[in-house]
Amino acid sequence: MSAVLNPPILTKPVQRSRSHGANVLRRLVRNPVAMTAAAVIALLVLVAILAPWIMPADPFATSMFKRLRPIGTPGFPLGTDELGRDMLSRLMLGGRLSLFMGIAPVLMAFVIGGGIGILAGYAGGRVNTVVMRCIDVLYAFPSVLLAIALSGALGAGITNALISLTVVFVPQIARIAESVTTQVRRSDYVDAARASGAPAFTIVRRHVLGNVVGPIFVYSTSLISVSMILASGLSFLGLGVKPPQPEWGLMLNTLRTAIYSQPWIAALPGALIFVTSVSFNMLADGLRSAMEVKS
Amino acid sequence: MLAYLLRRVGYALPIMLGVSFLCFMLVHIAPGDPLVAILPADASADLQQQMMKLYGFDRSLPEQFIHWLWRALHGDLGTSIATSRPVAQEVFKAVGNTFMLAAMATLIGFFLGSLFGFVAGYFRNSWADRTASFISVIGVSVPHYWLGMVLVIVFSSQLMWLPATGAGPDGSGAWKWDLAHIQYMVLPAITMSFIPMGIVARTVRALVADILSQEFVIGLRARGLGELGVFKHVVKNCAPTALAVMGLQLGYLLGGSILIETVFAWPGTGFLLNQAIFQRDLPLLQGTILVLALFFVALNLVVDVLQTVFDPRIERA
Amino acid sequence: MSISNITPAALADPRDLGGPRQPLLRVQHLQKHFPLKRKGLALRGPRPAVRAVDDVSFDIRKGETLGVVGESGCGKSTTARLLMQLIQQDRGELVFDGQTVGSRALPLREFRRQTQMVFQDSYSSLNPRMTIEDSVAFGPTVHGVSARVALNRAHDLLARVGLDPARFAGRYPHELSGGQRQRVNIARALALEPRLVILDEAVSALDKSVEAQVLNLLEDLKRDFGLTYLFISHDLHVVRYVSDRVLVMYLGQVVEVGPAEQVFDAPRHPYTRALLQSMPSTDPLQRTTEAPLSGDPPNPIDPPAGCRFHTRCAFAQPVCGRQMPAFVEPAPGHGVACLRWQPESGYEPTPDFPAMPAPTPAVPLALGTLPDIFPEAHHG
Repeated sequence: MSAVLNPPILTKPVQRSRSHGANVLRRLVRNPVAMTAAAVIALLVLVAILAPWIMPADPFATSMFKRLRPIGTPGFPLGTDELGRDMLSRLMLGGRLSLFMGIAPVLMAFVIGGGIGILAGYAGGRVNTVVMRCIDVLYAFPSVLLAIALSGALGAGITNALISLTVVFVPQIARIAESVTTQVRRSDYVDAARASGAPAFTIVRRHVLGNVVGPIFVYSTSLISVSMILASGLSFLGLGVKPPQPEWGLMLNTLRTAIYSQPWIAALPGALIFVTSVSFNMLADGLRSAMEVKS
Repeated sequence: MLAYLLRRVGYALPIMLGVSFLCFMLVHIAPGDPLVAILPADASADLQQQMMKLYGFDRSLPEQFIHWLWRALHGDLGTSIATSRPVAQEVFKAVGNTFMLAAMATLIGFFLGSLFGFVAGYFRNSWADRTASFISVIGVSVPHYWLGMVLVIVFSSQLMWLPATGAGPDGSGAWKWDLAHIQYMVLPAITMSFIPMGIVARTVRALVADILSQEFVIGLRARGLGELGVFKHVVKNCAPTALAVMGLQLGYLLGGSILIETVFAWPGTGFLLNQAIFQRDLPLLQGTILVLALFFVALNLVVDVLQTVFDPRIERA
Repeated sequence: MSISNITPAALADPRDLGGPRQPLLRVQHLQKHFPLKRKGLALRGPRPAVRAVDDVSFDIRKGETLGVVGESGCGKSTTARLLMQLIQQDRGELVFDGQTVGSRALPLREFRRQTQMVFQDSYSSLNPRMTIEDSVAFGPTVHGVSARVALNRAHDLLARVGLDPARFAGRYPHELSGGQRQRVNIARALALEPRLVILDEAVSALDKSVEAQVLNLLEDLKRDFGLTYLFISHDLHVVRYVSDRVLVMYLGQVVEVGPAEQVFDAPRHPYTRALLQSMPSTDPLQRTTEAPLSGDPPNPIDPPAGCRFHTRCAFAQPVCGRQMPAFVEPAPGHGVACLRWQPESGYEPTPDFPAMPAPTPAVPLALGTLPDIFPEAHHG
């Protein structure tokens, strides 16, 4: 017999504590290294998005006379490439594809791999074993090799490169997702939720997801720099982006012959990949430390 | 112990099977008719018939796989389209070169990485730690093929100290451990060592910091053990994991050497892969990937088992 | 002495089906074994298993507090989880107020509305990412209660367990102390308006002062809400204080059940006797000079043949190693699983067995006895 419920007994509004997400953000913002990295990334993304409107010259305009002009040439602040095209404009526009190829595969792998891992982790038992064994087969390849194998078989092109990279990252994210979900699944509060008669989907949605997304997300952000390097590596090899589309990795390839005449121009696209990659790594590290401390 | 060994090997076998199947399927996921993928465009009808029989495209998929696998286990990986030489021959010639390079790079990376990792772990949160950590972050963030290019620019083009490409002065492919040959290895090995250095440094830093913070170290010091003694303890505790990481890095380098070998024209499996991709030579691509992937799985197995042997804490289920 | 009697509220519950005589929960022949990996390479043959719960049967009567005691590893917690159906039993069934759990008449979901559990670890039983009020309100929302009503109920319950909702409802578990978290867990268990509450070592991890408060709270709630408790604990003093009846478990089996007074004052099973003798007394004149229980608890993977306690029993006879004792009732309402109390078992009762020494009662010291040990305390 339940005791009679009184009418709402709150006389004052409920004091709300800061949520976990808000705490993480707060700690992240106070980390100078992470914030610098974030600023650099924001700048690069902004330039990439606005590139078509802020480019000084046409990135596709070739000129046999203006080939490999050095940095500082009037009209071409960063020089020209081996076909006479303006480096600055190509670098700006190239950022679009390079950043996209860095972030998109990780995003897709986050959704797909995370989904697979969480499902396998919560289901447990035979389902878990079967799914994770299949994942293990993919995981048994070194990432570079797998990316190249898939790209090589599928052929060049952005879509194919996207597919291969996503396939490379799905197993890695799925493993982390499964491991974290299995841990959470064993905790008492999930048992309590089951004991209250909740269906599995509700439990996953309300109890598991919130506790699991954090670590998976942090791991995924650390993969972005790897993705950028792999994607540009694929373009470097002739898979992935096709000329004359500007993309930093592809530019590195086509400029290889310029190493001897204009070495600094040849190194420019790689420098940008490097800076972006380091920034993403710093940001990922900062995110990880922000999440580690239990406030 | 034997039980664990057998169980572990038993686990690796289905993985290897799965890996082989994936390699087999590469030819089939390529757009268009698989036959087109493995034959030059102007192949005669006769050659096409031969290929059909060899690959068995007229049979069902599982049969084809078993057929292909059976031949592969006997050393027949098909024939390269471009060179018309047996794939197996090409691959095994190249593997030696790649292994040499990868082993050298792993050793350099392990040595430097451990150094940085120890410094960072011992002097936590000091400037030495920050510098060492920064270097290791650079190690994992730098696009290594770009780094190779930069090193070539600096040391080969500008300073003229070291050769830019190739594996030997006469191009004959025969390797000798003399200065003339070794100087060709310097740049690619150093370039390749950056990633393992970064990863080993990170791992060792975390390990050292964790061990030093454990109470048994305080106990050791309280009993009067000097720093050298403590250091030995730390090394003993770090060693299994660090070595395991090194083993895995060797595997990754073997599989992922293609970019460096392309930059430096090093005649290894990566270079072979590059050729295969450029020339759409699918049998060569398939065969090389199969060998590399299986090797990687075997290496993982060896590392796992060795870790169990050397680290008594790992449970032998 | 026990603090609570059968509360009338429990019997006046509109959901009551069978009346006061029908047990609220009847546990019949429950068994749960956890299989282990085979040793070495063996691929055939029987698998070793941890026999956590082995043919356990008992009743929980309406409105009572049934205490469950035993050493670690005796199967108390596994039994609790089996009762909550958090793990599936290998054999056996549960009958709740006359209806089999899991049947058409009483589906699992419905059973879970009427039975709830409070866990031992107060921190890990609360979702660290959910506010207190959300955690408490979750249960009702699953069963169709609207969010607003569920939150109201959560606030009400928080107030009832002694936590001001305005201050606590919006907080996260890590911002609360152990005692406060356990109150939240109790509130959460009550949110679904259950009839049976299983308390699995619910106060074991708390400081003694906090423990006392929470026990008093539990008593009040039982009276107000008409609850029935299954109180699992390894702390014999606490169990004696709260329970109407007590159940003693050893190595996955029930060895003794009976009214708390009788079991504690005149234990019939040698294990219960030894357990009670191991309760240290606060009286310095009553000292324990030898350990009442010898040896280590045997392996639940490989229990001894016959009576499982015979290897440590001071009264064991050869027949005890051959025959498994059946559960008999030498006195009404007081059951024992021991060959001594089975007339045709072949056990020869010895004179010293039936005469149970009275366990040392927790009696406050009479001041007059002090000078015997503290001569300087004459002026007390």
